[in-house]
Amino acid sequence: MVDWGYTINKPRAIAYDANDHTWENALQEAVPVLRSCIGCGNCTATCTAGNFVPFNIRKLQTLVRRGEYAGLRKELDKCMLCGKCRLVCPRGINTRKMIVTLKRLLAQPVAAGIPVAPGAASTAGQR
Amino acid sequence: MENTIAIIGGGVAGMQAALTLKELGMRPVILEREERLGGKLNTWDRLFPTWTPAREVLDPLLEAVRGAGIEVRLGAAVEGVSPDGRGVTLAGGERLAAEAVVVASGFDLFDARLKEEYGYGIYDNVITSADLETMFREKRVLTADGRVPRRVAILHCVGSRDEKVKQNHCSRVCCITGVKQAMEIRELYPECEVFNFYMDMRMFGPGYEEIYRQSQEEYKVVHIRGRISEVSPTLDGRLQMKTEDTLIGRPMKMEADMLVLLVGMCPARSNRSLAVSGNLSLGDSGFFAAADAFRGNTRCGENGRIFFAGTATAPKNVGESLNEGTAAAWQAYRSVKGGASW
Repeated sequence: MVDWGYTINKPRAIAYDANDHTWENALQEAVPVLRSCIGCGNCTATCTAGNFVPFNIRKLQTLVRRGEYAGLRKELDKCMLCGKCRLVCPRGINTRKMIVTLKRLLAQPVAAGIPVAPGAASTAGQR
Repeated sequence: MENTIAIIGGGVAGMQAALTLKELGMRPVILEREERLGGKLNTWDRLFPTWTPAREVLDPLLEAVRGAGIEVRLGAAVEGVSPDGRGVTLAGGERLAAEAVVVASGFDLFDARLKEEYGYGIYDNVITSADLETMFREKRVLTADGRVPRRVAILHCVGSRDEKVKQNHCSRVCCITGVKQAMEIRELYPECEVFNFYMDMRMFGPGYEEIYRQSQEEYKVVHIRGRISEVSPTLDGRLQMKTEDTLIGRPMKMEADMLVLLVGMCPARSNRSLAVSGNLSLGDSGFFAAADAFRGNTRCGENGRIFFAGTATAPKNVGESLNEGTAAAWQAYRSVKGGASW
């Protein structure tokens, strides 16, 4: 096959209906208050890690809630569980529990009865 | 005395209720805790969305109350309401008999010191929106050491939408106040940059959205979508703020000479004692719960002779508070005199 040097870009749109929402549902089951996020950005503003490396916990949990799991593990490894985000959240979301839950889902997806979400365990970065 | 209606609070809602009741031939008595009528409006400079001086709203009301010969008792804090609406108890124990009660006891401003991370009362140049109104009245907005600020930041939702300080409700009027104040600073000092940090812009009233747009286009106010998480002083005496620019998705730092905290409306401290004594319900946020949100928003669900007007039940603007004064007065009149009920 001749390589003509052309590629086809993957669509960037969030294909909400095509995405697997199992993890999203499991996460919201474990941390129901997550649904009350108003996207103020205080968690990311105060984040110890996010101020040095590209890590945005607000965006990350929003992506999970849309069924977008690509590169989740690599991203979550940046969190040092310092808990500052929890202190500043105006909606009282237990952000540490949110992160720990996500990590548990990633570590033991089968034990948790949850299928491995496509791309979640990949170490490739977020799109 | 026959036809007496006790009105708790002499702000705009209370005065409007009193004027309406007087016109209906009743005997309203305004009980005001402070030494003057007018409530919070006394300390405000100009009002959104028209830049109308607060005095232009207040003075005609005060004049009308005086002109109508309405009985006003100043320094009269009300401590209790009879559950049957037949009178109130003042601080000191004095009882005032009445045939109905209008609760127009207003709101308290959120105490910005509770949000310690913003440094109100700790850093000199962190002020509240109420402090800024005082400065506007004096026609100068200066830093603590007397300089014209080169950059002012305005933070929305301080003491609103915040579970950490038990103020879960939206105070509604702060968004438009923040936009108004940003524009006023730009009018006063065209060289001064102004940044508003917001989570949502809630432009609920007529003309509000237009002003928001005007602030962007004509006044060049910059609106950044992110709640400030903390403030610290810099070596050269400025303030450094941290937020996330949520529309970009990256943490952000910015320095400013002055930070204005848009303090929210809290339920008045007196709500609790009035509620307990009068067997009145409080809503989740601590404001009085009206009978219902539609045809009963100035009526009390528990008692047919107790009525609400203004911010006693929820954050409201001046116009809405005035309208409720009229509505509550009519209902109080009907409760005493009978007649068609709507």
